Amino acid sequence: MSRISLTIDGLSVKSQPGLSLLLAAREQGIDIPTLCFHDDLKPEGHCRLCVVEIGEPGRTRLVNSCTYPVEEGLVVQTQSEKVLASRRMVLELLLAQAPAAELIQKLAAEMGVYETRFKKADPQARCILCAQCVRTCREVVGVSAISMAYRTPKKMVATPFQEDSEACIGCGSCVFICPTNVIMYTEKDGIRTVWGRHFELQACTVCGTYIAPKAQLEHWAKLTGDPVESFFTCRDCR
Amino acid sequence: MPWPRSSNLSANPNRDDAMSKIEFPLITRHFGSIDPESLEAYVAAGGYEALKRALTEMTPEAVLAEVEGSGLRGRSGGGFPAGRKWRVLREAPGEKKYLIGNGSEGDPGAFTNQTLMEQDPHAVIEGLIIGAYATGASQGYIYVGHEYPLAAQRLRLAASQAKAKGFLGDRILGTDFSFDLTVRRGAGAYVCGEETALMNFIEGNIGEPRNRPPYPFQRGLWGQPTIINNVETWANVPVIITKGAEWFARIGTEKSKGTKVFTLTGDVKNTLMVEVPMGTTLRQLIYDLGGGIKGDLEFKGLITSGPAGAVLPKELLDLKVDFESFQAAGGNMGSGSLVVMDQHTCMVDVAKYFLQFSHEESCGKCTPCREGTKQMLDILTAITNGEGREEHLPMLEDLAAVMSGASICGLGQSAPNPLLSTLKHFRAEYEAHILEKKCPALVCRPLLKYTIDPETCTGCLACLRECQVEAITGEFEEPQEIDHELCVKCGMCYAVCKFEAVKVES
Repeated sequence: MSRISLTIDGLSVKSQPGLSLLLAAREQGIDIPTLCFHDDLKPEGHCRLCVVEIGEPGRTRLVNSCTYPVEEGLVVQTQSEKVLASRRMVLELLLAQAPAAELIQKLAAEMGVYETRFKKADPQARCILCAQCVRTCREVVGVSAISMAYRTPKKMVATPFQEDSEACIGCGSCVFICPTNVIMYTEKDGIRTVWGRHFELQACTVCGTYIAPKAQLEHWAKLTGDPVESFFTCRDCR
Repeated sequence: MPWPRSSNLSANPNRDDAMSKIEFPLITRHFGSIDPESLEAYVAAGGYEALKRALTEMTPEAVLAEVEGSGLRGRSGGGFPAGRKWRVLREAPGEKKYLIGNGSEGDPGAFTNQTLMEQDPHAVIEGLIIGAYATGASQGYIYVGHEYPLAAQRLRLAASQAKAKGFLGDRILGTDFSFDLTVRRGAGAYVCGEETALMNFIEGNIGEPRNRPPYPFQRGLWGQPTIINNVETWANVPVIITKGAEWFARIGTEKSKGTKVFTLTGDVKNTLMVEVPMGTTLRQLIYDLGGGIKGDLEFKGLITSGPAGAVLPKELLDLKVDFESFQAAGGNMGSGSLVVMDQHTCMVDVAKYFLQFSHEESCGKCTPCREGTKQMLDILTAITNGEGREEHLPMLEDLAAVMSGASICGLGQSAPNPLLSTLKHFRAEYEAHILEKKCPALVCRPLLKYTIDPETCTGCLACLRECQVEAITGEFEEPQEIDHELCVKCGMCYAVCKFEAVKVES
């Protein structure tokens, strides 16, 4: 397969066509910080933390490396002044948006940003609207129980019409993927509560430990075509 | 350049010869003179002649060459050459190709596209059909802003009329060329005027922009090659085919060909919509056509293209309206909305107004636009409230740089323009607000102070009766006084005083 030659941080590199600048840089051991990027999800470019500068001097521009594909002869800078200023500003804005998000504080500190000059939202706010939960629900779980709702001033992740979502199977993937631990989730007495709905958990027919919500096992049964009872034994007891 | 003049909607009873010399109706030629709901009227006025000519006398390549030769450029945003866009689509591999007519508009003070779609829907449709013939597209969409129900209704009617007469649909005019067209009305989001958000909307997804690349001509609607042009751009196409590229290219300036329809609003005597050749100056537009500033006040500036545009000060009155001049001035011809502002306009307040707009219309997908517009608005609000701090200006400039550099789409990239242009041309006004807590234009209410001149006051008590917070005290026929602790600076006392005894200062 033909390889694409480009320059990243002054280094001549060869990369396979179709790869994003982010992954091409990572192949070379060049680290670009990311927030909304996840290996198992389609990149969407929400957070703009992974921006890099492309083009010849005097005619450069910022692009987000997670979605921009490698191009023959492209000159990429991942650590230029413009790039760093942009990343710091994004982190400063996120510090103000989600003051309680530890991950943001950590990333910001790594970039030398310890405080934000901007007006902070609710001190408990943690959501950075990276949409990893929404994308996981759609792309990995395949149920689309949650989505983005509203525009900027009220933008949030929500179930349709902010009512209990019938599509939700209570799998908790959104909770697991969330980088800033926003999504509320409890498990008590065989009941899992997420997105305002209570899901009855199925206990293993052999050892009695809880496996997963019944709704999730039914979803698996539908996907595989196997009878739902075939999922009532936990992995260890199989 | 003969073209029958017609009465159009911009007709102004006070028009003199100077005005009619500047006006040049191509796009607006049918406005008010033909029935927009009648296909027969459009045909009687020469409509669909261009389509017939293209289909029967010209090859797709010849049509494309004609549009390229005309120098026609996109009438929204960047002014990208239409012919080049068409050629890219024609040469793009793909089974199905799409065309889109963008009739979103939505900038404050802009109503060019609305009027075009309402007054001459067939011209837009004819342009799209010719475009489809030249590019090999088989399906088109016209996106109409939610605010324009009549435009959507008339376009749908026009499309069904055209279909019934064989101008649209299968085997157009008996040839083996087929093209279908669907009119889609928006749901009210300004960002859906952005080309990729618009495509998401048409596909039934959330109207958020997509990352580029891939560009629409590579993967647009449903992953197929797509091009999108403003409805005004499409309406130029039948004119170019009828009159020829050479004729068209003689109108306008060296790099900006043809005409542009502008809507002139704000503090101008004649609010109007007018079509002028590219290269006309702002002064001609405002003074010759607009009749000058209301109340013969002083012109302070004008904002082009709404929240994406720049404020141009009076020093730029002789700026020519063409793509290059606007770009050089930091502005954007875009929708062609020109909002004129007189001396009583506070430029910080103007920037705040447009940031409010951008903030509410930002889709919120990317951090720089979502959080940037929010913080920018917050700082501008503080400045107009008299809570501005010295460090606010560098903060605004830092924000602007990252928003314009790192946002996904045009909305975020151009949202700082009103701020940057007012900062550039009216920096002293910002400094007055921040350092002296004064609003020189006497607009920002928290910075105002109302007093009553005891020498002039007759004690008529008009102001006392009007004051809703009982801040004014005094006896009948004695000078009145304002309690500044109670005063909410509503300005009613100032408005009702017949003796100019109430003074306002900052």
